[in-house]
Amino acid sequence: MQRAQPLSEIVDQLVQRISAAAAQGTPLCIRGGGSKGFYGEQPRGAVLATGAYRGIIDYAPSELVVTARAGTPLAELEAVLANEGQMLAFEPPHFGPATLGGCVAAGLSGPRRANAGAVRDFVLGVRLLDGMGNDLSFGGQVMKNVAGFDVSRLMAGALGTLGVLLEVSLKVLPLPKAQATLRFELSAADAIESMNRWAGAAHPISATRWNDGELLARLSGAGAAVEAAARALGGERVDEQHAAASWLAVREHSEPYFETQFPLWRLSVKSTSAMPDVPGAQLIEWGGALRWLATDADTHRVRAIASTCGGHATLFRASDKAAGVFAPLSPALMAIHRKLKRSLDPKGILNPGRMYPDL
Amino acid sequence: MPTSAAPAPDPALKAKLIGALSAFLPASALLHEREDVQPYECDALSAYRQLPMAVALPATEAEVQRILTTCDALRVPVVARGAGTGLSGGALPHYNGLVLSLARLTRILDIDPAARSARLQTGVRNQAISDAAAPFGLYYAPDPSSQIACSIGGNVAENAGGMHCLKYGLTVHNILKLRAYTIEGELLEIGGDGLDAAGYDLLALLTGSEGLLAVITEVTVRLLPRPTRAQCILAAFNDVVAAGAAVANIISAGIIPAALEMMDRMTTRAVEPFVKAGYPLDAAAILLCEADGNDAEIVEQIELMKRVIECSGATEVRVSASEAERLRFWAGRKAAFPAAGRISPDYYCMDGTIPKKALPEVLNAIAQLSEKYGLACMNVFHAGDGNLHPLILYDANRPGELAKTEQFGAEILRLSIAVGGTITGEHGVGVEKLDGMCMQFGPLELQTFLAIKAAFDEHALLNPGKAVPTLHRCAELGGMHVHGGAEKFPGLARF
Repeated sequence: MQRAQPLSEIVDQLVQRISAAAAQGTPLCIRGGGSKGFYGEQPRGAVLATGAYRGIIDYAPSELVVTARAGTPLAELEAVLANEGQMLAFEPPHFGPATLGGCVAAGLSGPRRANAGAVRDFVLGVRLLDGMGNDLSFGGQVMKNVAGFDVSRLMAGALGTLGVLLEVSLKVLPLPKAQATLRFELSAADAIESMNRWAGAAHPISATRWNDGELLARLSGAGAAVEAAARALGGERVDEQHAAASWLAVREHSEPYFETQFPLWRLSVKSTSAMPDVPGAQLIEWGGALRWLATDADTHRVRAIASTCGGHATLFRASDKAAGVFAPLSPALMAIHRKLKRSLDPKGILNPGRMYPDL
Repeated sequence: MPTSAAPAPDPALKAKLIGALSAFLPASALLHEREDVQPYECDALSAYRQLPMAVALPATEAEVQRILTTCDALRVPVVARGAGTGLSGGALPHYNGLVLSLARLTRILDIDPAARSARLQTGVRNQAISDAAAPFGLYYAPDPSSQIACSIGGNVAENAGGMHCLKYGLTVHNILKLRAYTIEGELLEIGGDGLDAAGYDLLALLTGSEGLLAVITEVTVRLLPRPTRAQCILAAFNDVVAAGAAVANIISAGIIPAALEMMDRMTTRAVEPFVKAGYPLDAAAILLCEADGNDAEIVEQIELMKRVIECSGATEVRVSASEAERLRFWAGRKAAFPAAGRISPDYYCMDGTIPKKALPEVLNAIAQLSEKYGLACMNVFHAGDGNLHPLILYDANRPGELAKTEQFGAEILRLSIAVGGTITGEHGVGVEKLDGMCMQFGPLELQTFLAIKAAFDEHALLNPGKAVPTLHRCAELGGMHVHGGAEKFPGLARF
């Protein structure tokens, strides 16, 4: 890590920028690696770069906890963990030169999410600057901690609207000892049924993905458990190299499905939901709980479908986001959101409008 | 005791409250005579007692909502109560307030075996969830020691853990959706049937919020397939440092045991006469290390764990050869708290979590403190996730002993913070650890907590005086530190 500037100076400058912006009421656009500018509502405001505040602060593999600065490149962090036989179990998508801070703020989890948990499940503690430039620490570096409200997890997926992340402590997990990927030819309905049935039978499934009549299921765990499950599930064994490339392509949206000219919707729904009856190609992940939908169908229709399936729809990638990216909240929830925003960012300067127009 | 210090309730307010509530609650659901409300004067932290003005026992969600709007209009504090098994006084009544008992909301509304979820009213017992899911080969993973009695709503309010949370997570990791009401009677539907929801992660924020933000009426939990079986290793060590190193080695070897518990000699000697577990009583510490899953996976894991433990200097290693033997290994661990109660008139349970690497340092320090205060201390430890439960043994009838216990406890809390840990891993702050919060957080963090509280509950009517200390209280504590006088028992209020 080559940095010309002492770390404390970087923090001081961030504090000054935030304080000044708060005093003048001018919006700031928090930027780590700039990999997720496409996500959420249009970023606006003067760029507040956090990438310089980087590096791992503390990592003892036997604690299963790593603490790093928000500007740490995600790839660098994952390499350090892999070196010790560990990983970020939520398998976060990078979508470019991602940083840890952006990863937590975006709150996006990858293929392993249904089985291992989401980003928020692994966040143990944060140090952040609130919208007045106050330097605050919540949570800690231990796995069980119920002292105070869980502000750390609240930061996951808040898109930087509640604070500028400085440091994050995450729970990490050992890399699986063995992996195998199985391929099946199944209709969407049969794939949904199979994924849910397998998940109820204690098979060590760590990822699933269905598209266009092909279901891939990844098994991870103890060697014996993976082999036993592979025999029980059947299907065709995919060779390891090819499988690794496939899962990376699912995670990074680099597989052909995602090269679409249509708006890409992300539907987070009950895993057993039937395939939505709507025009457009669909890709299923998370044992049925995540449905990608490339469609020019009407926004209201897509949101209604997600809602019927017990979930919500996000306009993940689109050239026109006029209809709103995130599902509208009930008035009662929106009122709470506004008050939470005000409590951490009273001047409304941190990534304003990135999640909802009035946050 | 807090009772004597508490101001008297306002009789006019009480009359108004009873009048308003009896308009829609049957007489059997509204208690206000002294002998009727007496059973609600404390939760499982019975050293703190306070009679409430009244107790309401709604049978429906609609009644909960009306009770809340009524109390909001009259500005009456509301203390939500599940099964009352909490260990930090979180359900301690307010002298001028209503206890809102959710014990009658006990319906299991839906079990969806295919989607592996269960929708429950807030008063459903933790164990009842797993019992109802058992016919489908499913169960609810978080298993706090009070699981036979404690309710799911209380579990969410406290973010309950248990013996298996290293592998299966805490309550926050195992719930999908909540229905909750604000003090103003607004329904909040939080989370969803999918794995995430739009907006801020209020599911995480409400979990562990100790009844300060909203009253939970319904919880949808994730169910997991029940592992085929489990097997346990019992390992003995002749010093705690070696036992701690074994824990680190197990994790470093890439194993996440289903449970990983440590007991010190004081504990094994206390429990053995009662449970006859066959513990090696000369060992300084023993470890219980469990694997669960299917047969193939257990064989592989047990083999690996056994090898690591042997290489870590264990003096004795036993692997359970039957389910009966496995349960015998656990019997002592599960009897640790009752055993403390049997060998000592009183005991005080601490709940710090520390980085595992600090274990030898912390245990040695506790041993020194034990000598300094002349009070015995048993140590049981959720070793996998660093959650330490020192049980300080004392006799409240002996003059000065309670005060010494309080000081001992406060020193342990300070130690937990000093090594990078926390004052409470799973029991909550409640009223018990308010002063500890002043040690762990600065004024700016506490202000943020208070602002979050105000975002949900502007007039601070939900469980006031719990979980987050006022800045005034912390300033007073700080003042006492500055003046160098004897500390007024941080970590514990007066009994």
